[in-house]
Amino acid sequence: MSDAEGLLAVRALACVRGDRPLFAGLSFTLEAGEALHIRGPNGLGKTTLLRALCGLSRPARGEVRWRGARVSDLGEEFTAEVAFVGHLNGIQGDLTARENLEMTKRIFVRGAAPDVRAVLERVGLKAQSARPARYLSQGQKRRLALARLLVLRRPLWVLDEPFTALDVQSVAQLSSVIAEHMEGGGVALVVSHQAFTVPGIRDLELAHYGKRRA
Amino acid sequence: MKGGLLGAMRAVFLRELLVFWRRSTEVMSSLVFFVMVTTLFPLAVGPERRELALIAPGVLWVAALLATTLSLNHLFASDYQDGSLEQMLMSPYPLSALVLAKVAAHWVLTGLPLALLSPLLAIQLALPMKAVATLVISLVLGTPTLTLIGAVPAALTLGVRGGGVLVSLLVLPLYTPVLIFGAEAVAAAAGQGFASVAHLSLLGAFLALALTFAPWASAAALRVSLD
Repeated sequence: MSDAEGLLAVRALACVRGDRPLFAGLSFTLEAGEALHIRGPNGLGKTTLLRALCGLSRPARGEVRWRGARVSDLGEEFTAEVAFVGHLNGIQGDLTARENLEMTKRIFVRGAAPDVRAVLERVGLKAQSARPARYLSQGQKRRLALARLLVLRRPLWVLDEPFTALDVQSVAQLSSVIAEHMEGGGVALVVSHQAFTVPGIRDLELAHYGKRRA
Repeated sequence: MKGGLLGAMRAVFLRELLVFWRRSTEVMSSLVFFVMVTTLFPLAVGPERRELALIAPGVLWVAALLATTLSLNHLFASDYQDGSLEQMLMSPYPLSALVLAKVAAHWVLTGLPLALLSPLLAIQLALPMKAVATLVISLVLGTPTLTLIGAVPAALTLGVRGGGVLVSLLVLPLYTPVLIFGAEAVAAAAGQGFASVAHLSLLGAFLALALTFAPWASAAALRVSLD
């Protein structure tokens, strides 16, 4: 199969929410080092798409292939390669920022992982590292959630509105982190309404696959 | 790889202990409930030792069962709300193993204290001293079974409005065998029936069964809830 070459290949994907069709016939292929910026108006199914892509929910039709193999067949082998940052930050408020990342490291990383302190410093949370995460501001929580990407170091990044609550400087920083990830041969899928610049990122307008075609 | 899985399970276990510890009021609530119910019985029934000794096994076990049911709501709820659970589904390790670690930590903080405290409460219910050891053993074998079984409906009702009531309704029929054999074991040891070893063996069998199936079923339930 010729399209099995891509690192991530999506074929004729269709998703429904409840009994409402969201989009259908979505196909794209991402090679190593490529990224996709998925756009579209609210309620079109961008979050549903991301959840289907990282295996959290099952698409109604179509298939997602990772390194040529179907994601549903890969199971944990696939999830071990995905880093997902969703609407929810996945931060335990009663643990400190540092403990949160330490747990991420121990529960989600097989083998060697980067030093948590260095990652905290990189995302600018070094001063807050010993504070319970619930005392962090929204933007700081978001940065902590995104710091997980740097701890996990996985090839596929699935980011749902990653720029929410981030200040201008952090938006630029995250953009450069994504660019770095692509340079290193990683793949990223970003859903965002916010403008950001990452060299080489492709655009996908989900509205083109809206339900009128379903 | 194998060490990695055990390491991850240990991390989940310690994380739960740490979180629950920092939220000690939640941990205490089921224990306080257990103490309250068993303390109210002698007051309501009267200080007649013979009568109290007769109902003691049942009262202690019913109170332990209800206290465990109450604590089930805390098992996944906060991780569900903050998105940690969603992340846990993306772990490279089998979800059922992580769920098992989570349930184990939950039991250490809710079931185990209950079992350890029970001898003290048995005294005020005039339970014969010879039955106290059996009481503790039956609770140590029985409460983890209750937590394991309860994890399945707790996972299934995540995000459902009024999920707490639903959990109780779903879980009570499954709890009855454990309750019957648990209370019966204590009653037997207090000299009201057959030898308690048989009942304890059955409780052990229930635990083995729950250990095998419940983590796997809870993991499947979590995937459904988070779809």
